[in-house]
Amino acid sequence: MISKQAKKQIDIWVTKYPAGCQSSAVMEALKIVQAENENRLNADTIQAVADYLDMPGIATQEVATFYENYNHKPVGKHTIRICHNISCMLNGADDLIAYLEKKLGVKTGKVTKNGLVNVKKVECLGACVGAPMFQIGSQYYENLTKQKIDEIVDNLK
Amino acid sequence: MNEVCFKNLDKKNCYSLEVYEQNGGYSVWRKILKGELTPEDIINELKASGLRGRGGAGFPTGLKWSFMPRNSEMQKYVVCNSDEGEPGTCKDRDILRYNPHAVIEGMAIGGFVMNASVGYNYIRGEFIEPFKRFEGALKEAYEAGLLGKNIEGSGVNFDLHTHLGAGAYICGEETALLESIEGKKGQPRFKPPFPANVGLFGQPTTINNTESFASVPEILAQGGQWFADIGVENSGGCKLFSVTGHVQKPSNFEVPMGMPFKALLKMAGGIKKGRKLKAVIPGGSSTPVLTADVAMAMTMDYDGIEKAGSMLGAGSVIVMDDSTCMVATLTRLAHFYYDESCGQCTPCREGTGWLYRVLKRIMDGNGKADDIDLLLGVSDKIMGNTICALGDAAAMPVESFLRNFREEFEYYIEHGESMVNHENQS
Ligand SMILES: Cc1cc2nc3c(=O)[nH]c(=O)nc-3n(C[C@H](O)[C@H](O)[C@H](O)COP(=O)(O)O)c2cc1C
Ligand code: SF4
Ligand code: FES
Repeated sequence: MISKQAKKQIDIWVTKYPAGCQSSAVMEALKIVQAENENRLNADTIQAVADYLDMPGIATQEVATFYENYNHKPVGKHTIRICHNISCMLNGADDLIAYLEKKLGVKTGKVTKNGLVNVKKVECLGACVGAPMFQIGSQYYENLTKQKIDEIVDNLK
Repeated sequence: MNEVCFKNLDKKNCYSLEVYEQNGGYSVWRKILKGELTPEDIINELKASGLRGRGGAGFPTGLKWSFMPRNSEMQKYVVCNSDEGEPGTCKDRDILRYNPHAVIEGMAIGGFVMNASVGYNYIRGEFIEPFKRFEGALKEAYEAGLLGKNIEGSGVNFDLHTHLGAGAYICGEETALLESIEGKKGQPRFKPPFPANVGLFGQPTTINNTESFASVPEILAQGGQWFADIGVENSGGCKLFSVTGHVQKPSNFEVPMGMPFKALLKMAGGIKKGRKLKAVIPGGSSTPVLTADVAMAMTMDYDGIEKAGSMLGAGSVIVMDDSTCMVATLTRLAHFYYDESCGQCTPCREGTGWLYRVLKRIMDGNGKADDIDLLLGVSDKIMGNTICALGDAAAMPVESFLRNFREEFEYYIEHGESMVNHENQS
């Protein structure tokens, strides 16, 4: 259920916490397992993490559902996380969200037919001086314009 | 400008150990390792510096550090709050990216003062690039023998780790953050007990903001009085202000406390062309909004902003010009708090949802005449009745938007459309 490679990565996190506090690594463990399962979690993967970290299934489930960055429904290969909070809104984020939806032919929250992309409206990502902005993977893209969006999104594979 | 956290900003590879050390970095830490500084010396300098917590509440850092039971046998912890998520705030990300060693040195000094041999830096989950930068700096510091056990034979121990968030604004609240490091849902704890007594893993813990920690090394290198003199009475030193919204050149500015808002606005290039200043939120989305006149007369320090009727918060200055619809803006903020409430306390969980739904119905053209009173009533019932300050943070904007821009809300309710758009069309 959890690959050897993933276990190795989880073990590194476990070493950061005092003995017996291995459940502190649950947030990263869930991310690591999610990344190797089409970017989403389900009851089995959550239980596997619980077993691996020797913590109650329900406690793991609570973490998996409390935080935003875990997915429980299908997502695209790339998730475009676009900020719609105040500084971005004042700089035209709503227009850009509408533009993205039109360009991709899907509403926020849905995945494109080819499974490549989904768009998610998110709260402030701490890059407000670069508003409007979005995040794809680990990368932030700031000072967005429609033209810039075209360049970035057309290059997603 | 740029004297403390952003001191090396203009240098190439400003985030490297080499550049940090060339410019005096780790000199305080090395003094400590040589036994030339005592915890009492450090606390006294910090108290003299007037440094107040940069995470929003503004609590004096020296005083906070003195609360830790440093002589108790228990394992103690220092924790850095890099969960930056308050809308309009984007300074800690830049400190992590451009001056990670100042955070490391500040935390190590804190560890020494409070006799805490382990530290955690809680970095928000989306900050992958800053996380990698910080991890890189940690590696450099370990390889240079600046961290670890019995460092340089001094008998001082300090190990520092990162912990990543996973998307929850509430984890910025210090006790929620501790729960999160423990591998739980990020729900704030009841206080007391305070973290200095029962904190991480049940042990004494002190939590400070990234900017607070990053300010410490330079303060101790130059002296508390030096820092205090940069600022004004009650607001020592300089501070990072994130100026965003309708300005020509949005940016983070590290400037002396007490600077007139007018001058800060000018640094950000002023209002967008052909527009007029309408409103300012001076300290992040949780602080009350001010009208243009009041803002233009305000100085950027704790007392100055309080006198103007708001709070310095995290120093996140959100500027709005006359094209801004205040109803739409408040609705967006209300949505944020509704979304981010952890759901533990009824007034916050139900109240934030209620506020959002009423505002949404006004935006949809279905507002009722008594909706303004309803909004005020609901926010009044949240204020002061919750476990953590998120409840107050959700209520405060509502009260201030309605007090300062009430006619816009009345207009929207009556006409089913924005007064601002209407003006722009005619
Ligand atoms: C809802 C909420 C969110 C918060 N978010 C942050 C945050 O992102 N970063 C931060 O440093 N402090 C945040 N705080 C304040 C912390 O609880 C705490 O006061 C601060 O980290 C203490 O550090 P300081 O004394 O150096 O300011 C938040 C508080 C609340 C109530
Ligand atoms: S005030 Fe809101 S966010 Fe804070 S503990 Fe209560 S429900 Fe949670
Ligand atoms: S408001 Fe969009 S990044 Fe902060």
